[in-house]
Amino acid sequence: MTASTAAPSRARKPRAGIRRGEALAGWTFSLPVLLILGLFMFVPVLMALWVSFSDWSGRGSPLSGNVNFVGFENYAAITVDGGLATRDFGTSLRNNAWYVLLVVPLQTALSLFLAVLVNRAVLRGRGAFRTAFYFPSVTSTVAIVVLWLFLFSASGVVNEILSWVGINGPNWFQDPNGIVHNALAGLGVTSGPAFLTENDFLGLSWWNWLAGPSVAMTALILMSVFTTSGTFMLLFLAALQNIGGDTQEAAMMDGANGWQRFWRVTLPQLKPTLFTVLTLGLIGCWQVFDQIYTGTQGGPGKTTVTPAWLSYSSAFLDQDWGRGAAIAFILFAIIVVFTLFQRWVLRDRPVSKRRAREYQVAAQHPEPARKEAVR
Amino acid sequence: MTGSTLDEARVLTQERAADSPRTVRQQRRRTRSRVPQVALYALLIVISLIYIYPFLVQVATSFKPDAEAAIDPVSLIPQTWTTAAYEQLFLRSDFPLWFANSAVVTIFVTLGRVFFCSLAGYALARLHFRGRGLVFAAVVAVMAVPPVTLLIPKFLVINQLGIYDSYAGMILPLLVDAAGVFIMKNFFESIPVSVEEQARMDGAGTFRVFWSVVLPMARPALITIIILSFQGSWNELSHFIVSTQSPELTTLTKGVASLASGQLSQGTQYPLKLAAALLMTIPVAVMFFIFQRRIMNASEGAVKE
Repeated sequence: MTASTAAPSRARKPRAGIRRGEALAGWTFSLPVLLILGLFMFVPVLMALWVSFSDWSGRGSPLSGNVNFVGFENYAAITVDGGLATRDFGTSLRNNAWYVLLVVPLQTALSLFLAVLVNRAVLRGRGAFRTAFYFPSVTSTVAIVVLWLFLFSASGVVNEILSWVGINGPNWFQDPNGIVHNALAGLGVTSGPAFLTENDFLGLSWWNWLAGPSVAMTALILMSVFTTSGTFMLLFLAALQNIGGDTQEAAMMDGANGWQRFWRVTLPQLKPTLFTVLTLGLIGCWQVFDQIYTGTQGGPGKTTVTPAWLSYSSAFLDQDWGRGAAIAFILFAIIVVFTLFQRWVLRDRPVSKRRAREYQVAAQHPEPARKEAVR
Repeated sequence: MTGSTLDEARVLTQERAADSPRTVRQQRRRTRSRVPQVALYALLIVISLIYIYPFLVQVATSFKPDAEAAIDPVSLIPQTWTTAAYEQLFLRSDFPLWFANSAVVTIFVTLGRVFFCSLAGYALARLHFRGRGLVFAAVVAVMAVPPVTLLIPKFLVINQLGIYDSYAGMILPLLVDAAGVFIMKNFFESIPVSVEEQARMDGAGTFRVFWSVVLPMARPALITIIILSFQGSWNELSHFIVSTQSPELTTLTKGVASLASGQLSQGTQYPLKLAAALLMTIPVAVMFFIFQRRIMNASEGAVKE
């Protein structure tokens, strides 16, 4: 393409009649998209970058003369100053990190499990089951949060059902206690050892970093798993159906049982999809905002404050726009770093010698087995 | 259930027909496979109930009086039927206004995305022009930007342009979707170029070829874009938070979110909130059931024999 545009006169001559005005048309066709993406994506990012280095207070234009450049002050306030802003940011990272740590593995495992269950060719009502599992994914986060606030209220459905089996459920959305701390308290440990309580990071003691998600956050974690598992199930289903039956059959002939077939044959072939699901999950989980805005607004005890919510509330509610923008950029960096890290972890490694030998042996086997099956 | 066991047996028979030593094993397999089969269905039904029950209880509770919703949240049949929640929503609240706002935004955004995404997708797939690679790279780069980090940036530009708190500010930034461009480009690349060449030979201009020849062929991809844009803009919340403040421009997501956090109501008022959430789900649910086949295209018809 580039070559042909570089030397248009010679390469295009025979088709000049058809291709006339194509460059103009190309740019005209792309113009609306470029204009809108530029105006509402690119320019905003530049403006926000400036705001994150300024002391703009939200009044007038951030580009006007009486707004000052303050260097890394806004970034320092949330990372190294050690004040309230740092502690809030540390808390938001703690809350969201636990959210990611629980939601990503749970939703991936559950969606894969559901996909394997409904993938069978001989299953009555496959469509109905798939619809049931996928439906929560179509509804808006706002509607689901409203439902969740009802289900997990103090005398709500969940606690009612828990009481049938003799469990006295917590007051979910009002309970700021970390579930790891709760579990430790159950074992009689109520305060951490000195080296955990005396050292801190981002204004939060190590002991508090290890608190786990609060009970309120746990309810949101369950909600996220509930709403996203259907979408990812469809991704896994599509991948499962692209895997031919041949390898399964071959493994079956080799005497592999269902469990072995899944781990050794199916799962390795699902690796690209697994990567997609983990990446999408990780990216999505660092963007928790709608749930917090609709449901908890950061409470109870700031245990559902996420970086996205903190960025919004610093700017729009506390009018500290520089800090809000700085948080948004740090969040952006976090998401990029995690995506790259994941790409690196799940990269295609060169096969080790031992593995290569196994594959050779395995590759020789299916042939006779297949012949046997055909006969 | 017996039927499916038979189905499985038939599949097995087809695979291993006329292999006498295997028939024995197959027989053993048939009797043995009944228990796991029943267990599988039981498991699937239990999981489905967990997925469906919250929505059923939502419907039921929206028809209960407040007191009953608090005392007996679990039951699926109200002891006293009442449509009080719906009456209040439609007659004594801004709910109809919210609904109208959401509808306006969704219609414009969906139309805009269908048109602009297919235009750009066509240009990127078929038209040769200097800088095409760069345009495509920009689109891909935009797809990688997490939307939540754009809240403050978007507000700054919308405010600077003087379209804060207006339909323009609500609709314009959503009119284009990078992922949509990507989908359309991929689709156009998958259809043969010969039809267009023919139309060009006949003297049709580029836009004419695009509009009357290519676009009608792109129906499947266009439906995908429609589904994604409809669902995306109907369920959009954060963009409306940063682009509007006046009550007249409140959309459903923003309005119901304000209901959830207790404005407009005394006490918990679960029936009212759940009714509002239910009503806002209906349009996307209808959309989902109309295009179910397409959304779940991983399912029927893809069975490999």
